[in-house]
Amino acid sequence: MLLQDKLMQIVTNPLLSPKQKSNYLALEAEASLPYLPISTEVKAAMNGGVICDMFEGHTPFKPRYVLPDYARYLEQGSEYLELVPAQNLDEALNALTILYHHVPSVTNIPVYLGQLDDILMPFVEGMDADVLYRKLKLFWIMLDRTLPDAFMHVNIGPTDNIVCRTLLRIDAELKQVAPNLTFMYDPAVTPDELLQIAATNICHCSKPHIANYPLHASAFDKRGFGIVSCYNALPLAGGANTLVRLNLKEVALKATSINDFFERVLPYYCSLTFELIEARSAFLHQESHFFDSFLVKEQLIDESRFAPMFGIYGMAEAVNILQALMTNETNTSSQSNKPTGYGHSMDANQLGYRISAALDSIVKSTPVTYGYHGRALLHSQGGISLDKDVTPGVRIPYGTEPNPIAHIQALALHHQYYTAGISDILTIDETVKSNPQAMFQLCKAALELGFREFTANVASNDLMRVTGYMVKRSDIEAFKQCGSRLNTTGLGAEAAQNTGILQRQARVIAHEHSPCVVN
Amino acid sequence: MSLTKPAINKQAIVSQLLPFSCVDGPGSRLVLFLQGCNYQCKNCHNPHTIGLCDGCGDCIATCPDKALTLIKANNKHQIHWDKDRCSQCDTCLAVCPQQANPKVTRYTVEEILAIIHHQRHFINGITVSGGEASLQLPFIIELFKAIKASPQLSQLTCMLDTNGSLSLTGWHKLLPFLDGAMVDLKAWQKETHRYITGRDNHAVFKSIELLAQQQKLYEVRLLHIPGITDFEQGIDALSCYLLRLGANTRVKLNAFHHHGVVDEALTWPSCTQTDIEALASSLTQRGLTNIVLPSIYL
Repeated sequence: MLLQDKLMQIVTNPLLSPKQKSNYLALEAEASLPYLPISTEVKAAMNGGVICDMFEGHTPFKPRYVLPDYARYLEQGSEYLELVPAQNLDEALNALTILYHHVPSVTNIPVYLGQLDDILMPFVEGMDADVLYRKLKLFWIMLDRTLPDAFMHVNIGPTDNIVCRTLLRIDAELKQVAPNLTFMYDPAVTPDELLQIAATNICHCSKPHIANYPLHASAFDKRGFGIVSCYNALPLAGGANTLVRLNLKEVALKATSINDFFERVLPYYCSLTFELIEARSAFLHQESHFFDSFLVKEQLIDESRFAPMFGIYGMAEAVNILQALMTNETNTSSQSNKPTGYGHSMDANQLGYRISAALDSIVKSTPVTYGYHGRALLHSQGGISLDKDVTPGVRIPYGTEPNPIAHIQALALHHQYYTAGISDILTIDETVKSNPQAMFQLCKAALELGFREFTANVASNDLMRVTGYMVKRSDIEAFKQCGSRLNTTGLGAEAAQNTGILQRQARVIAHEHSPCVVN
Repeated sequence: MSLTKPAINKQAIVSQLLPFSCVDGPGSRLVLFLQGCNYQCKNCHNPHTIGLCDGCGDCIATCPDKALTLIKANNKHQIHWDKDRCSQCDTCLAVCPQQANPKVTRYTVEEILAIIHHQRHFINGITVSGGEASLQLPFIIELFKAIKASPQLSQLTCMLDTNGSLSLTGWHKLLPFLDGAMVDLKAWQKETHRYITGRDNHAVFKSIELLAQQQKLYEVRLLHIPGITDFEQGIDALSCYLLRLGANTRVKLNAFHHHGVVDEALTWPSCTQTDIEALASSLTQRGLTNIVLPSIYL
């Protein structure tokens, strides 16, 4: 299609708002520029679907994810924005609202809204609980209505405080798509009763995600970290300059044996991934002038704290493909109905861990020009709406997940390797709504077992998780008729059609023997 | 089973083991469903768990996966089920003349303990259900006793899901190792109870009263079948009875539906949310404060 035809299609689209049209027009404009100089090998790998630049654009002029130091901002005010330091909660919320509109990201909407309880606690001392509730509720509604993107992420916890508790209460009441919410859990700091409140919220609106605070904190330095967008863990006052992801399924298809995969094919495509990472981050850091921003001058971000994310997906398919190679080698055939394959058989799972360990060692030993301590960060990527026949990250394919306990046990050993985050989604059927203690127990055990992030989707909830973000089931139904106020619903609708996400198996508890209402 | 056999080798006939359930007691639970029941409920939702296999072998030829074979154990014919070949088509259940189930697994106490151990961090406890679990009481006692004696498992609660037919002698053997029981009260009047289950409900009342007195009655369950059960007709007496157990007695209302049901009960009406809410409100009006409604209706 000619560029002009594409632009006309966007301009005349009946479902997009003017603002959404502007965004799509800008994307097309950037896409009409020639791609950064890259080798023919990288180009071939991109065209062949082995490496993907996440449609970040041909000439990156803003980082993928930015995590400003909001605490410093509230403390010092901003010369550029002509703001004095915040003196009270109203000023703090107002100042944050202003800065959110100046924090770029791949979505043009901030992906990180801050560790809100930490940064707001200095302003709430002595405040009446009802007053605090009303102010934060208005703030929450404002976020959903003006920055309507489910990638936008608030962090709270691990300490027990009134802002944290009030936000959990408001989030459960409003059940909005935005903002997304991560609750940090630290067994040494967080009371069980507070984790139980968070687990009960999950039963009602599939939020928050529970992050393993000690595990994340030990991966980053004292200045801290944040969880943004689809559970990406990144340095605070920094972020991700780019995310390039490797399709492990396609890599596995190019291998002639398991040894060939580990010794030749995987290292080769990892080196191509790094080449693309280098090219993209070099342009951003050297040509785009992004780091001339007031965010840098006022020390809200620091160029040295940006790292490329080395993403992977299609682990399940890669393992199954490699196992089939092995079966062909030994020429064994079996008529068994025993569940085999990734997520089910011990051998398959072991092979998966071995791949994760190999990726970890490659990423930790490969220097990059613009990285966190000179390195990229490994990330299990949660999928995008265009993915077909390939499972996000290291997840078990939709519809084939085992029971929640076996599910967690099968994936736990991967989590140690994915410093920049990993999103596994546990689908639990709706009967858990009347038994939030069960959710609490699953969550606590998963984190104890080494999960970095616990995310659950309760099957009948209208709010549901698509790859890594939340959409409303009813919005997906309605989107085709009338469009949506929310930027991510379009992605959700596309993902639902392409990836069979609505078929994800809800666990049927005691289906035959104790249909849950009767037992 | 010989009395000199070490207790840890006691076996149970298990129709299903669920590693995770959130509808069989408080929190997250591993559930063992034991095969065999002493009731013949017309409305049974799992009729194939009632009988015990007598090794007649009628199912073997009908299995499309060749997962069933006849073997001899202890000089008796037994069906051997190959779990890995089975595709769960349930043809064997349909042809069984005994309302039994060849797809059972025999587990020793030791084997169950190993499974529990592997997932102990994920669960708040275990529930033994059925069939009628209390028919395999010696196994349950040994299992619960072993859990309570293990330093790594003793925090798990041990619960029994039962039709309440166990004798008081039986309960007294189990009580020292039991944390709580969920008891089905299938009907209020003994005639109705007999019509539905084939047995009267005298033992059920005795069980409920003993458990309440010992603080081990986790909940009384009422399965409501509009027009068939008699909870509404007997609402005053029923409420009085439940109140005497304690005003805070947890009463779980379940809604009858047709899933898994066979024969006559298929002509009975399903219980709707409105039916359940009407029953709940009748109980609430009479002073009961802990009524639990179904989380979904089929």
